[in-house]
Amino acid sequence: MARPESLRVAHLDSFMAVYHRSSGITHLITAPAPEIMAVLGEAGLTFAALTERLAADYELGDTDAAALAARLDELVAAGLVSVA
Amino acid sequence: MRHVFPVRIGPVGFRIGSDWRTPIAQLESLYADYPKPRDGVADFNVRLFAARPWRRFMRPAVMIGGDFVLPEAAPLPLAQGLLAAEMGMNLQMALGQRRYLLLHAAVVERDGRALVMTGVSGAGKSTLAALLGARGWRLMGDEFALVDPETGLIHPFPRLVSLKNAAIGVVADALPEARFGPLLAATPKGDIRHLVPDSAALAAMDMPAEPALILFPQFGFEAAERAVPPSEVFVRLTQASTNYVALGERGFDALTRIVKTVPARAIDYPDTDSAVAQVEALWAAL
Repeated sequence: MARPESLRVAHLDSFMAVYHRSSGITHLITAPAPEIMAVLGEAGLTFAALTERLAADYELGDTDAAALAARLDELVAAGLVSVA
Repeated sequence: MRHVFPVRIGPVGFRIGSDWRTPIAQLESLYADYPKPRDGVADFNVRLFAARPWRRFMRPAVMIGGDFVLPEAAPLPLAQGLLAAEMGMNLQMALGQRRYLLLHAAVVERDGRALVMTGVSGAGKSTLAALLGARGWRLMGDEFALVDPETGLIHPFPRLVSLKNAAIGVVADALPEARFGPLLAATPKGDIRHLVPDSAALAAMDMPAEPALILFPQFGFEAAERAVPPSEVFVRLTQASTNYVALGERGFDALTRIVKTVPARAIDYPDTDSAVAQVEALWAAL
């Protein structure tokens, strides 16, 4: 996840509104983006560890690594997830 | 400028200057019972001016200027100078207001709680606000809801109520004692006539209210009602706000607070009687 002090988050039904302080842009995100951000947490994880944790926490059978990578790229592009 | 009229509407002070006497005389009459800006200092200036000196007299056309302007706004004929003044005031608010989160909405109040009605132009916000005003609700405004980011309260902005086309007759029938401005025929927005808010609305223009219900009315369909989920309310209110982006994090916090704490309903209505009944029923069920 991006540094928590750079984000302001409000949970609304199945969506999450995220205000990105650096850009001043509001994002409205829904599954699986909030779940990815929650699992990454502040400390962050490697891609393999993230895949594993998501599969375990949400009882996913086969995780689609390509789809997950695409969602991650979108979150990185938005500034909501940072790459170490 | 040659002619000047200062006025305060709720918390906002305006100073309207004009090359012509007529629009200022109309403002003086219609806003006669309004206070002046606090300490004599206006928050926003509006200027009604002639594009060329001779256009003050020859086919006079009113250009709208002020602290904030739209570059390609078309001038209006002098007969619609009052509309130009109102548009100029709305423009200053839409482009320049930073103290409050602005929602394009009509607001009425009962028992200290505010009903916020928002929707596209033509959804009937102004008409409903005026009709509810005739039934004992306090009119807080027909154009902007001013949300205080610190308290979450809505501040009144009871400018003249802008009634268009068929709404003019409907409201005149419902409020036979009310004061109206001149009929402005065939403006870019159709026929327009302004309703002067009643004395109760003016007396309470410094009294904010807690938002209790957000309503998305839509005219022209069979009566129907549905709850609106918070995420949809959030999106619709960001679209209804003229300064959400400009306020940054204060706007986000103010808006998410409303979305999380205030119930929201969408109603379809076939006619204004039906709409008023639907609103009263929803309010009673809160």
